Amino acid sequence: GLGRWAEADAAVAGEVLYDLPRFGNVSLLHLTDSHAQLLPQHFREPSVNLGAGPMKGRLPHLVGEQLLKACQVPPGTPVAHALTHLDFDAAADRYGKSGGFAHLATLVKRLKASRPGALLLDGGDSWQGSATALWTRGQDMVDAARLLGVDVMTGHWEFTLGMERVRELVERQLGPLQFLAHNVKTADFGDPVFDGHTVREINGVRVAIIGQAYPYTPIANPRYLVADWTFGIREQELQKLVDTVRAQGAQLVVLLSHNGMDLDLKLASRVSGIDAILGGHTHDALPLAIEVSNRGGRTVVTNAGCNGKFLGVLDFDVRGGQLRGYRYTLLPVFANLLPADAQMQALIAGVRAPYEARLAEVLAVPEGTLYRRGNFNGTGDQLLLDALLQVQDAQIAFSPGFRWGSTLLAGQPLTREWLLDMTATTYSYATVSEMSGATIKAVLEDVADNLFNPDPYYQQGGDMVRVGGLRYAITPGAGMGQRISDLRLDGQPLDADRLYKVAGWAPVAEEARTAHTRPVWELVEEWLRAQGGRLAAREPNVPAILGALPDPGFAA
Amino acid sequence: MRIRAQVQGSGAVVRVLMNHEMETGQRKDPNGRTIPAWHITDVTATLNGKTVLTAEWGPAVSRNPFLQFTLKNAKAGDKVAISWKDTRGDTRTDEATVA
Amino acid sequence: APAHAFNKSAFQATSVQDAVKALGGSGALAESKDVSLQGPEIAENGAVVPLVGASPLPGIKLLAFMVEKNPNTLSAAFHVTDAVEANFSTRVKMAETSPVYAVAIAADGKAYFAKKEIKVTLGGCGG
Ligand SMILES: [Mn+2]
Ligand SMILES: [Mn+2]
Repeated sequence: GLGRWAEADAAVAGEVLYDLPRFGNVSLLHLTDSHAQLLPQHFREPSVNLGAGPMKGRLPHLVGEQLLKACQVPPGTPVAHALTHLDFDAAADRYGKSGGFAHLATLVKRLKASRPGALLLDGGDSWQGSATALWTRGQDMVDAARLLGVDVMTGHWEFTLGMERVRELVERQLGPLQFLAHNVKTADFGDPVFDGHTVREINGVRVAIIGQAYPYTPIANPRYLVADWTFGIREQELQKLVDTVRAQGAQLVVLLSHNGMDLDLKLASRVSGIDAILGGHTHDALPLAIEVSNRGGRTVVTNAGCNGKFLGVLDFDVRGGQLRGYRYTLLPVFANLLPADAQMQALIAGVRAPYEARLAEVLAVPEGTLYRRGNFNGTGDQLLLDALLQVQDAQIAFSPGFRWGSTLLAGQPLTREWLLDMTATTYSYATVSEMSGATIKAVLEDVADNLFNPDPYYQQGGDMVRVGGLRYAITPGAGMGQRISDLRLDGQPLDADRLYKVAGWAPVAEEARTAHTRPVWELVEEWLRAQGGRLAAREPNVPAILGALPDPGFAA
Repeated sequence: MRIRAQVQGSGAVVRVLMNHEMETGQRKDPNGRTIPAWHITDVTATLNGKTVLTAEWGPAVSRNPFLQFTLKNAKAGDKVAISWKDTRGDTRTDEATVA
Repeated sequence: APAHAFNKSAFQATSVQDAVKALGGSGALAESKDVSLQGPEIAENGAVVPLVGASPLPGIKLLAFMVEKNPNTLSAAFHVTDAVEANFSTRVKMAETSPVYAVAIAADGKAYFAKKEIKVTLGGCGG
């Protein structure tokens, strides 16, 4: 589908961008990791996205110009802006905001009209990431997804609403939308918790869709929220399920995955019989599909970014029970090029009405752009770190390497809504603890291995924990326990045996729930108010990177 | 104990959840005293009264242990009994019917 | 009384080699495609790590789970009879990231194993 972009003029309007010719007879529309962003916003793609081990320098681990070159996307175009951090502030001004469910709804309607029978799949991370999703415990997103016409979904952050709420929404509110997760089982005897797959007939073709929830949910997020359930990649069970649905007559088998792209690429090389993996979790906005060979043939792997910025369109030509060909296009959702759907706009207005005043309160006006995404740090996280250090009177601050959160341009008012876009989880407790220098190093080593382990099955798909106060160096290519070096506080080497006062938020341990600490956004608000309305530009504290540069996944 | 014995092919899959602390002997109480080891050591399974499996467990088996094994030949109605003995000499036996 | 009483010395071993010897294994320990070990790459909870070990080899008398970096290597040993398959599952505690073994010992004392690295992590973060 990239040829079309190459031919497109930068000034070309939405009619051309979105007038995607139909191909074949089975179409899947793919939305993932919307993180509850009902309204259009900005999202700056990473300038640092290093690939570990064999993934170094390979898609999706390319950024900026290197990514555009590899995917043959002309620079200086709206699509180039959607895919990269390049000249971000000016381009964001020029092309406007992305996503928004009212604009997405218009695009989905158009595509469904041109592709009769098309299904809309949601890869998860839909019920978390905004104030209203937190305050309505996911209700706003369930209602919006049903109106959007989502047919099938799987999950990750959904589970942080807790087992009871997830069950209630899935069993009583979601229908006819189906929640699929073959890899979630009860912790006692390993019974399935959700349906694992569904078979739908599209224009006479039997299509099996299997759901794969985020396999490491109880590790990346608090286990107590899913205490009775167990997850996992479950490669062998997946193979069995694929074989079963094939034997039962499925002509096309698709995995709706929340594994993360590196993990999906490995899975695709080991499991046979899957035609396509539509993936999420790692928020890789990748404009093309990657073909992976395995003993059954080949599997197409995609990843559709985040925050409602993109809609993936995968068209298959299936004739005589055989897959003859496919086309994949990742459509950027530009709010300025897609008129808002009135029905969806009304739903969103209704959801927001009771909260509008709370959401709109201005806390400061930033002088620099505030973003999060990137392997090591962003200006938005630096704001959180600076606030934690000061309010908690700490020497060191940690902020989790989440990949969600919207981007605020310099000069745009920083509202409570934006702050919650950056921090809204069901366990955003602010913490302060005494940690030894040795423990601090161990924490950094642990997170670094979850990001840079050369085997994707051992990765967790987040970014490096953001660090305030402390300076360090990282060698991504080193082994576990060997990556972090030269830890310094105020220029002095960190003492392994000394205790330091460390602030953080969003702990996964259960003790924090009963400690009655404040949510992190209250502390940050307090700090923002003390800035007197203006917020100076933030300089992100990033580690020295050793032995890894230059790398096409790193832009200076 | 919770026991599930389900026919599969010509045999049966038996899954068991036991209640036991499985204390390792390596933890300390709040006063710094070592909590003595207390764990299941021996597990026996019988099919219609005949021993089909024995197992030895150390303190590294998880609290409230899980056990799964597969009987080569079993049919619905057969009786499966599971027994354990722990470091204190306590024992317990429970029975289930293959379904 | 059980057919095999608790083998205390095997559970006190601090290496795979010593544990296998104490369980009656003799000769070299060989990695084998005919032993399988299933477990998570990353443990959801280091206190409850599900393992499945199996071997289709004829004449397997014992199947054991071992965690190299636990204070004591041997976690559990299953004595195989003609009535059961050499295919067992249990859940074990792991103190830290470690290679985990399923070891199958044949009647002649030969020991075969499958090995897998299982990571125990502090957790947190995510996309
Ligand atoms: Mn995710
Ligand atoms: Mn996500």
